[in-house]
Amino acid sequence: MPIQYYIALASALFCIGVVGVLTRRNAIIVFMCIELMLNAVNLLLVAFSKMHYAKAAAAGAVTTAGTEGQLFVFFIMVVAAAEVSVGLAIIVMMYRNVHSVDVNFLNRLKN
Amino acid sequence: MNAIIIAAISGVIMMFSSVFINNKGAYRHIAAVLLLVLLGANIADTYGHHFFHIDVKGMLRFDRFGFLFNSIAIAATFIYVVLTGRSMEKIGKYTAEYFVLIFFVLCGICVLGCYNNLLMLFLGIEIMSIPLYILTGADKRNLKGNEAALKYFLMGSFSTGLMLMGITLIYGATGSFALNGIQLSKAMGGTSPAAGGPFLLESVGLILMLVSIGFKVSAAPFHFWTPDVYDGAPSVFTSFMATIVKAAGFIAFIKLFDARAGGSSVDVNAYTGVDWKMLFAFIIVATLLVGNITAVFQQSVKRMLAYSSIAQAGFMLFALFSLNDLAKEGLILYAAAYSLATIGIFAILVKMKDYTFEGYNGLGKTQPVLAAANTIFLLSLAGIPLTAGFFAKYYMLASVVKTGSYLWLVIVGVLFAAVSVYYYFRVIQAMYFKDGESETEEVSTGFKTGLVILAAIIVLFGVLPQSLLNWFYF
Repeated sequence: MPIQYYIALASALFCIGVVGVLTRRNAIIVFMCIELMLNAVNLLLVAFSKMHYAKAAAAGAVTTAGTEGQLFVFFIMVVAAAEVSVGLAIIVMMYRNVHSVDVNFLNRLKN
Repeated sequence: MNAIIIAAISGVIMMFSSVFINNKGAYRHIAAVLLLVLLGANIADTYGHHFFHIDVKGMLRFDRFGFLFNSIAIAATFIYVVLTGRSMEKIGKYTAEYFVLIFFVLCGICVLGCYNNLLMLFLGIEIMSIPLYILTGADKRNLKGNEAALKYFLMGSFSTGLMLMGITLIYGATGSFALNGIQLSKAMGGTSPAAGGPFLLESVGLILMLVSIGFKVSAAPFHFWTPDVYDGAPSVFTSFMATIVKAAGFIAFIKLFDARAGGSSVDVNAYTGVDWKMLFAFIIVATLLVGNITAVFQQSVKRMLAYSSIAQAGFMLFALFSLNDLAKEGLILYAAAYSLATIGIFAILVKMKDYTFEGYNGLGKTQPVLAAANTIFLLSLAGIPLTAGFFAKYYMLASVVKTGSYLWLVIVGVLFAAVSVYYYFRVIQAMYFKDGESETEEVSTGFKTGLVILAAIIVLFGVLPQSLLNWFYF
């Protein structure tokens, strides 16, 4: 498949994530949208990695071009897992105090 | 390399000390000693004594700039722990863990000081941010703290997502994560902006990186989370977030864009098709405007400091605008001047019973030493001569003058520096010229001595800025 399709799909996923983060108020859903953004990035990284490999392979010679893109994906997954553990803990801490996961709820409480 | 590894090990040592030692007061002494060791190791590294020999495959590059900044960050953290470590014990039960997290943040900062690959940039920023989310929410029962932690976390991971997309697009265009590899596409193709293809990917990628780091250093128009987070987080940790961490963000920023511009700033515009100078000029003016004007209207000193940190970020952005040697020196000086002064002000703030301006009324009579030190810190932030802040601002503006264009930006900077004098002097006015009984918590002699030493350092940098900057060359 041409790389444009991957770029289009990943951008679509990424934009859905961004719009979700900016418009939704439920902390869990905002959080899911952030994960969606990260996964769009993962998809695109793998696609680019394949593209760079194909380009180098077409020029002849055995090559390791593009492997770093796939390695980056592993780092993103690990860091995302660390972020999830901290993020969910923060959301649970908030839920215990106010029994709600609405992002704007605390704003209202303050006034 | 020394600093990165020893910072991580120090964190683990602190973690174990919480298991074996039950004396709350002991933790900050252990942390202070470990920070001194860390500082020593980093200085040893600067002069070629490497304790660890690891092949980093060019992903980290150790140069004077990074080492000097790391030393400043570690030294500032040491001062921070000495001055405010005692206040940390009042926040929650897990005092030792706060120090653990601070060491992990330092580890991330040391990675940011010497990254040479976008992967390390990503990891450095994450190692720095994730412990900070926890520190922000350290006070679990406080609703404002909860809100701050949630906001900081959501904004932080959102901006990380944007940065990753930026890195990916740059990778797509250039086929490399190396910092100097970003320029690759310039070598592969022509330099015309209309070339499309990789150029478009690269421009979008760089703009996403700009937005994401703009979030991290709270540059307008991406600053909106800052006041709530800085106001809601426990004051001791706001002090850390607003100073050392923010400065580290700028170091990451300038390394990225410096590598991109590759010393010359002319063809950058041509090959990405975006007028970068204009974009930066817009961000600088917006940041200065929002930070300074909103700070004028604040009633709480803590919230005023949050906006003032946005305003100071506007000044640090001048370095990213001009990207020359003067800018790099100036950014180091600015990072030191701003961090030290703000740490001092926050150290006094956490001792106050009342965080509003009225709470400072009459502090000059009840606590003359605190008031005098606070005055020096505020003068430094305002950029009055004989304090470090003056030369910091001077270097920033001079670096823009050196580029030879956009001189109106310098005038805007000076005007906003004048505005900032108003809200800094409101505190000084409250301390000396208003009657009142400002209440403070118990202040020990050691704390006062620490403040006096810190004020002396700031005056020293104000008289002899070269005493810091010469470390670049010797």
